[in-house]
Amino acid sequence: MKMVMAIIKPFKLDDVREALAETGVQGITVTEVKGFGRQKGHTELYRGAEYVVDFLPKIKIEIAVTDAMVERVVEAITQSAKSGKIGDGKIFVYDLDQVIRIRTGETDADAL
Amino acid sequence: MPHRRVWTIALCFVANAARADGGTAVPNSGDTAWMLVASALVLFMTLPGLTLFYAGLVRSKNVLSVMMQCFAITALVSVLWLLYGYSLAFDNTGMQAHRLGLHSFIGSLAKAGFAGVARGALVQTIPESVYAMFQLTFAIITPALIVGAFAERLRFAALLAFVAGWFTFAYLPIAHMVWGGPGAWLGDLGVLDFAGGTVVHINSGVAGLVACLVVGPRRGYPQQPMPPHNLTYTVVGASLLWIGWFGFNAGSALAANTTAGMAMLVTHLATAAAALAWMSAEWALHKKPSVLGIASGAVAGLVAITPAAGTCGPLGALAIGALAGLACFLSTSRLKRRLGYDDSLDAFGVHGVGGMVGALLTGVFASPVLGGAGLADGVDSLLGQLGRQLVGVVVTFGYSAAVSYALLKLIGATLGLRVSAEEETDGLDLSLHDERGYSL
Repeated sequence: MKMVMAIIKPFKLDDVREALAETGVQGITVTEVKGFGRQKGHTELYRGAEYVVDFLPKIKIEIAVTDAMVERVVEAITQSAKSGKIGDGKIFVYDLDQVIRIRTGETDADAL
Repeated sequence: MPHRRVWTIALCFVANAARADGGTAVPNSGDTAWMLVASALVLFMTLPGLTLFYAGLVRSKNVLSVMMQCFAITALVSVLWLLYGYSLAFDNTGMQAHRLGLHSFIGSLAKAGFAGVARGALVQTIPESVYAMFQLTFAIITPALIVGAFAERLRFAALLAFVAGWFTFAYLPIAHMVWGGPGAWLGDLGVLDFAGGTVVHINSGVAGLVACLVVGPRRGYPQQPMPPHNLTYTVVGASLLWIGWFGFNAGSALAANTTAGMAMLVTHLATAAAALAWMSAEWALHKKPSVLGIASGAVAGLVAITPAAGTCGPLGALAIGALAGLACFLSTSRLKRRLGYDDSLDAFGVHGVGGMVGALLTGVFASPVLGGAGLADGVDSLLGQLGRQLVGVVVTFGYSAAVSYALLKLIGATLGLRVSAEEETDGLDLSLHDERGYSL
């Protein structure tokens, strides 16, 4: 099993959610986050006083999937989150040791 | 109720009878109704107009402290107005046109405690109670404007002491010299100030400049970012100021007449012109038009048209507004940066600079050639009027600066002006008031 974690632009969230639903993903976790990458921050100007805002708002998505699905999920996110401009985000994939569904006690692939 | 009505009718009868005998007059109901409304509009400028305007511009940890300051100033000045303020500003005992004496500079104490401000007393065509209330609302907003200069760092006791002293030694004499009637120094001289360019705006703006210099910058200024915490408050506040200002300027006619009508129109036009001017200048120089910019521009226009509202025409208002918008934009975004003083919310940058631009241009656009209502009595040339306006600006600037400096030094040596470094970092809401503005 793998955990797919993606940082995307906030306005792409709806597109990404739809694309993921089409791959058969059963659930995702979404978090509002802030950070910086190559896009850097932006500046704000109040009566001539300039403030540099280093951290930009982004959306973090986490999806736990079976090994067989990883490629499709990564492809779906890549396609749907892409605007072609700097700051589109990144996808991280890492191993997942264990999954437990709290209500039933099912584990691993059955719990996904 | 029936009792009271009968009594009122009886009074009117007495008054009418008195008038028939060539005695006292009755109030004009139209004028009185308008001045009651105008008084409420001007108080509305402070509570909640200016309060919201300033509250949005500070950091969230200090939002209550500026609201508290505006509220406390309203209450404190009102009581001082009753005790001696009204009398020292507006009593005309011992005054005679063009004769210089003590009462050319300050009123007497004959009306202290509102002595003689009886139910039936009139000023022109309105009850004196309404006149005193209307003028009080001006005395309230003037020191409240200074709050913007030393926001986020002043001790509360120091604020109260400063406001009480400044109201007494700076506001009352200047108000008297300009508006005290025949025999008042600056009024007699021919300085045109319809609604308070010198008395309210230059006076408070200069006090703000001196205060931020004496108190010193906020900790971390200018390296640390201190952006406004809620510009939506600021926009609502600016909008309330715009509306309330109709009471300020059109009310200064003290009647529901043609002067009031034109004052309202030119006030609105100057404000619109200044809002566009600030927005455009910002768009050209800083790439984007900002909400804070257009709202600040509106306030700059309101400030600048204040002294001119009774004398300029619509096109003059357009020019005054546009020039004030540009001047205040440059003073807040360039001058302040270059000189490095921390006028936190631009009390001087908007009210001081806008007040001076307005006071001088009042002399220009009063000219009938430029659509104005005419120069002051006894002034025969535009240059002569401009010279008198300059005297008004210089006297107010110098006097307000001197009084403010002396008071701040005195308070600094006794009560102390600033909160401690730790209190300032924690925010004044928690450290001075044991409260927070937001529990989200």
